[in-house]
Amino acid sequence: MTTPQAIAIGCSAGGLDALKVVLGALDPRLTQAVLVCCHSGSDTVELLCEVLQRASALPVTEAAERHPVLSGTVHLAPSGYHLLVEKDRHFALSIDPRVQYARPSIDVMFCSAAEVWHEKLIGVVLTGGNADGASGLQRIRELGGIAIVQSPSNAEISTMPQAALDTAGADHCVDLSDIAPLINRLCLP
Amino acid sequence: MTVDAQELDNIEVELFTQAMQRRHGYDFSQYAPASLKRRVLQLVEQLETRTISGLIERVMHEPQLLPRMLDGLTVPASDMFRDPSMFRGLREQVLPLLASYPQINIWQAGCAHGQEVYSLAILLEEAGLYERTQIFATDLSERALHQAQEGIYPAREAQQWSRNYQAAGGTHSLADYYSARYNLLKLDQRLRRNVTFAQHNLVSDGVFCEAHLVLCRNVMIYFSNPLQDHVLSLFRNSLVRGGFLCVGMRESLDYATTAATFTPFDERLRIYRLTHQPERQQA
Repeated sequence: MTTPQAIAIGCSAGGLDALKVVLGALDPRLTQAVLVCCHSGSDTVELLCEVLQRASALPVTEAAERHPVLSGTVHLAPSGYHLLVEKDRHFALSIDPRVQYARPSIDVMFCSAAEVWHEKLIGVVLTGGNADGASGLQRIRELGGIAIVQSPSNAEISTMPQAALDTAGADHCVDLSDIAPLINRLCLP
Repeated sequence: MTVDAQELDNIEVELFTQAMQRRHGYDFSQYAPASLKRRVLQLVEQLETRTISGLIERVMHEPQLLPRMLDGLTVPASDMFRDPSMFRGLREQVLPLLASYPQINIWQAGCAHGQEVYSLAILLEEAGLYERTQIFATDLSERALHQAQEGIYPAREAQQWSRNYQAAGGTHSLADYYSARYNLLKLDQRLRRNVTFAQHNLVSDGVFCEAHLVLCRNVMIYFSNPLQDHVLSLFRNSLVRGGFLCVGMRESLDYATTAATFTPFDERLRIYRLTHQPERQQA
């Protein structure tokens, strides 16, 4: 089995608490880049970065346009822009129209990450009240990546994980507290 | 969609780009690949062709589709007073400095549907500078320019725009500048009196005015590093010494060598100032 190189996580309503749990339990030895798209109403993700940094052993930063994707680093999609990854593993932003009412959209981030990392990508869908992430997760699976979905019954809002399961299915459907241990297992030799 | 199918898409996007270039002279080869591919695939859906190759056939044989394709590839997007803090910065920090010029030229590159052009006109009006200002509003898409000229927008945006305007330090009510009818609102056409709308391609066209302020927001994010550099040098050659450049709030000039000739004026607001004369740049 190939070792994953990147982890893409999407969440919406209830996502902050869920992210704290997942990022908080990721192994600090991880060398994978972690990309996070979290729908939030605010104009910046500065505060979100701060809150998550307190929970996470890995450095948490806002993904900056044209800057490289860093290993062992959590990159948050900026507010108001779609986050994409180029083949040369640099970030690109776009203000194309909203997808599934969202910008940043999880689908957009998942699809572009899938095209870069193929089977070396883990896609994770957490709690949320819409269907964003479902078709992106499907794309991740089509290109050989691994799909993890939070059990809908365990999610604060089940709509998003349920939509992901209905559209894409999953390789692993687990409770929130089991997601980070599973990622650690998949990523560490 | 397998990895093979994905590679096939990539080849087709490249061929499509070549077709646009050779058939119509529009060069998208230096656009950031990830977004460009998304847009091409969206065109496939909009124009209901089965594949990207199907799109190529239509590029070649249906020239009347060109405006629609350009519109789809550039996805014009704009808002009134988008990023209010930037407009407040213009109002409070930049316009007072521009006020010292007897005649002010502003180039808004990539004006899309024109909301920012009208925002700018309002700002200048309220600063008492509009009578001696000329705004050149350019875009690649003729369809976008046409809409910009009309200045008619869906009324559902009005509330957000009012909030933006207030947050940008507006001194009136935004409603003073438009008339609403049915579900549309039309910007006061007097705001257009010193605006020239023109088609301009940042990839292939040159400098056409001496500008004191250039706004090019969220356009270069779609460009590769070399193209971003090229466009920045256009702006450098267009700006007077001490002229201002505004880019989008999340845009990065970190990888452009030309950016060295610009000094951050307000780093957070992404407002820069041309400090060096172009010919001194090598020194």
